[in-house]
Amino acid sequence: MLTTAVKRSGIYVVAVGYAVIALFPMLLMIVSSFRPNVDILTKPLSLPKKWSAVSYETLFVKLHYASYIKNSVFVSAVMLALLLLFSVMASYYISRFPYKWNNGLFFYFLIGMMLPIKLGLVPLFLLVKQLHLMNSLWSITLIQLASSIPLAVLILTGFFRTLPNELEEAARIDGAGHMGMLLKVLAPLMKPAIGTVTIIHFIGVWNDFFFPMIFIQDEAKKTITVGMLKLFSEFTTDWSVLFAGLTLSSLPMILLFFFASRQFMDGITAGAVK
Amino acid sequence: MEQTQHDRPRRRWLTSGDRLIHLFPVPAVAVYTLFVVYPIFAAFTYSLFDWKGLVMGRFNFFGNFRTLFTQEPFNRMFRNAFSHNLFYFAVELVVQNVVAFVLAYIIFRKVKGAQFFKIAYFLPRLLSIIIVGFMWKLILNPNMGVLNVLLNKIGLSSWTHAWLGEPATALPAVALVNCWFGIGFFMLILLAGLQSISPEVLEAARLDGSRGLGYIVSVILPMMFQPLVIVAVMTFLQAFEAFELVFAMQGSLGEPYYSTDLLAVFFYRTAFGSNAGDTGNLGVGSAVAVVMFFIIATISGLFMAFVNRRQAE
Repeated sequence: MLTTAVKRSGIYVVAVGYAVIALFPMLLMIVSSFRPNVDILTKPLSLPKKWSAVSYETLFVKLHYASYIKNSVFVSAVMLALLLLFSVMASYYISRFPYKWNNGLFFYFLIGMMLPIKLGLVPLFLLVKQLHLMNSLWSITLIQLASSIPLAVLILTGFFRTLPNELEEAARIDGAGHMGMLLKVLAPLMKPAIGTVTIIHFIGVWNDFFFPMIFIQDEAKKTITVGMLKLFSEFTTDWSVLFAGLTLSSLPMILLFFFASRQFMDGITAGAVK
Repeated sequence: MEQTQHDRPRRRWLTSGDRLIHLFPVPAVAVYTLFVVYPIFAAFTYSLFDWKGLVMGRFNFFGNFRTLFTQEPFNRMFRNAFSHNLFYFAVELVVQNVVAFVLAYIIFRKVKGAQFFKIAYFLPRLLSIIIVGFMWKLILNPNMGVLNVLLNKIGLSSWTHAWLGEPATALPAVALVNCWFGIGFFMLILLAGLQSISPEVLEAARLDGSRGLGYIVSVILPMMFQPLVIVAVMTFLQAFEAFELVFAMQGSLGEPYYSTDLLAVFFYRTAFGSNAGDTGNLGVGSAVAVVMFFIIATISGLFMAFVNRRQAE
């Protein structure tokens, strides 16, 4: 018979053990980025004697890191703004009006949940070419937008269905139109659902690598994730710079997470389970 | 379903109100149709034609599929990649989800510092998968990488490997890195599942004297049917569309010697060519996409049918 104390400490060994496995590689990445390359290669496990930000300087001077960041911000911001606008409009229509075809419309969006868009890569490639969007940030913005719509519509429709009809009836008697209804009555109530959609898809679009790799070759148009590829082909021996690049690319997401860790974790499970 | 008493005032209001409301779903439908639905289904058409570079050639019936399944090296590589996807799926199903469940259970039982652990386990999920790949590539480097240095330090020099360079260890290494990335996410889903079990049921089982592993297997797991199926389906989808991690760590050839090749990597290489100098073939590439489509649709469909039958019983 095991005593409770032994069992307790067993549980702690597992809990702490996995925390180390989860965090150590990230800490290593951050710490190494502030160490001179020689140090990393000769004594990778010892703590740094002096900290230096030289590697970060290299990123901005020798690579287009500032423009990578600018491009990533552009794609994420435009994509999220359009996603919220389009999917709120569609979900409002699907959930609040009694038309017969609304179920069909809902299922049409559901198709996109099960099938990876990657499988449409070849037609997508030719489509982007025909639309003259190769090397344009709009290509990845639109593709990300399109592939994010199913989940966003699913979450927002589910949310709209939980709101009582009485809310709108009252506003309608006061003479509100559809737009007024959406903006004045429903929008303030939608904050949690909009937060969820924003966070899930921000993680997705900021971190996406696949589509930028295919559609963006122009150095000035690259986003952070594809910028990494160049880093890894040109600085193969300078690990300090490599780690600095990795750290800098992950930083915005990690910082945001510390301000809103709860929303991140709730959001991503809501997205998965719904 | 709409309630009847709402019907009459609503109808009147609709016909008298602005018709512009019908335009509301149009932008979403248009973008989604053009950039998701059309490409996925156009791949079917593309797979039936010959392609000369980016130009569609003559109609070729199932010629591309014949090439894929009967011609060297396509047929061999397809089988090779497919078996790797199965292996990848098996590792994720067992390692990733068992660890995720254990961690979720620890947090569910309110160990001290639960909130910290939850955040720590979830953090890797915030990184881009390409960054995860590059980071672990540095850690697993045979000479300077931290893992081998660590093994040498604690006297396990015989355990060191060129992890990503040896065919025997490369695929398991990549699969485990994928688990590292995924565990926090699946832990949260399983935790949500645990938290949705009614406390009365747990209490009753406790009073019956149910304890330890038996308690988990006979009380907890049966109540977790729904979340476990969701996790299985998501693990499957993830494993069969996996691309980025292999691409980041092992390149588009699934090195060494195609030992880490996966269907999506094979698809990419077949369609667009690789840095080994072979040019792409959009027809055969599309055929690979269509076959992947059927594998994914069939297995997901079976999962869903299984869930529905189980719920009907």
